[in-house]
Amino acid sequence: MNVIPLSALDLMAAAGLVILLAVLSMVLQLGLGKRILIAAFRTTVQLLLIGYVLKTLFERAQLVWVLLLAMIMLSVAGYEVMARQKRSFSGLWGYGLGTLSMFISSFTIALFVLLAVINVDPWYTPQYAIPLLGMLLGNTMTGVALSLDRLTQGAWEKRGMIEARLILGEDWRTAIGEIVREAIRVGLMPMINAMAAAGIVSLPGMMTGQILGGSPPLEAVKYQILIMFMIAAGTGFAGMGATWLGARHLFDDRQRLRLDRLREQ
Amino acid sequence: MVQKTLFFRVNRLNKLEIKQLAMPALGPVDFAVAESETVTLTGPSGSGKSLLLRAMVDLLPHSGEVCFAGQCCEQTHPVIWRAQIGLLPAESFWWSDRVGDHFPPLSDEQLRWFGRLDLDRAVLDWQVSRCSTGERQRLALLRLLCHGPRVLLLDEATANLDQAMTLQVEQLIKTYQQLNRAPVLWVSHDMAQTGRIADRQLRLGRDGQITEVRV
Repeated sequence: MNVIPLSALDLMAAAGLVILLAVLSMVLQLGLGKRILIAAFRTTVQLLLIGYVLKTLFERAQLVWVLLLAMIMLSVAGYEVMARQKRSFSGLWGYGLGTLSMFISSFTIALFVLLAVINVDPWYTPQYAIPLLGMLLGNTMTGVALSLDRLTQGAWEKRGMIEARLILGEDWRTAIGEIVREAIRVGLMPMINAMAAAGIVSLPGMMTGQILGGSPPLEAVKYQILIMFMIAAGTGFAGMGATWLGARHLFDDRQRLRLDRLREQ
Repeated sequence: MVQKTLFFRVNRLNKLEIKQLAMPALGPVDFAVAESETVTLTGPSGSGKSLLLRAMVDLLPHSGEVCFAGQCCEQTHPVIWRAQIGLLPAESFWWSDRVGDHFPPLSDEQLRWFGRLDLDRAVLDWQVSRCSTGERQRLALLRLLCHGPRVLLLDEATANLDQAMTLQVEQLIKTYQQLNRAPVLWVSHDMAQTGRIADRQLRLGRDGQITEVRV
């Protein structure tokens, strides 16, 4: 079975729904009308652009171009992580912390899956590498942002408690341990919930897409399971890594709590 | 490490020395608190008394040196340093719901200290949120003493206590001081109190300089 191609007219019909929503929100004075339209416009332009990029990329599957696109995706994800925190680290750490942990976690797992699980040849075949990495990065980004936000926010709010523990002769790991564990939990929860609800409450987007595209449901399901596991591992490892690195950077070599390393609000 | 500490304990006096300690808007200050000596520190609010104490336990970046029993802060692991130099901050913080979770295993002697501050040992099973301000202040002091520091830096240790309890706290601290031959630096606003407890009195001025008060 082949996909029924969508014409511009089909999309415009769907766009009509969004415009209706925007009009309704203006009537209700939600102050969202403009933002809905801008966001919808961005979706259209960004997705069309990536569509052309992928089309070109698939035609000449070269490692350099795959890596370049991967790096662009990573750097945007790194920026998102920083922007979503109420108090991120100042300086290079603010950007580097999330980006580095996402890089290590997502790229390692994507490589592992491409080389050892799916076993596609060549391993960087863009039809596999780019969507896998995209889904990994997208979810990891959310997890890392949640974890880091909870960590820095927690340290800021519980400064007195952390310092009280340091004063009594506890080391930094113990003094901030509770906050670190909480931060990792918060980052992992969405993924655990998604795994628990998959198939019953929600049909994951990738699987739905494959089925719409004509794949047999069981093949689509198997891929979806693979992706879920990948994402769970990727989010978990990146969240743990980023939180641990961040916690470490909240203290200096004399184990003082250095909240001055966080950005002013 | 243990051997080294023992070596210093027999060979050096438990003297606390502050040399050229400076931070933005504070110091440099020089002073010393001798073994078993109580030195009070007064000064207008905002002059940096609390900052000074926090720098002495190495919670704040600073220049200059703080040394105890011949060992200086920079050469000592920060965890070991803070375990020795016991700071009682003006505001007490509690990280667990249960009072007892904040205490190390207690000896009979330490449990008697609770009684000396009119606290029953059942207080260990209380919820921190149930305790009054005054109870929390006494518990914060007991928590510090039960961790066994060798120096006491007290920031307004009796601010929320009535006269009778203030005297009981002073006596408990005296006992602890004599037992451990500990130097005590005590920040207080209460002139009657400084008169009672001080061997020497220091004053931190708005200019960030320390002067000795002649009594």
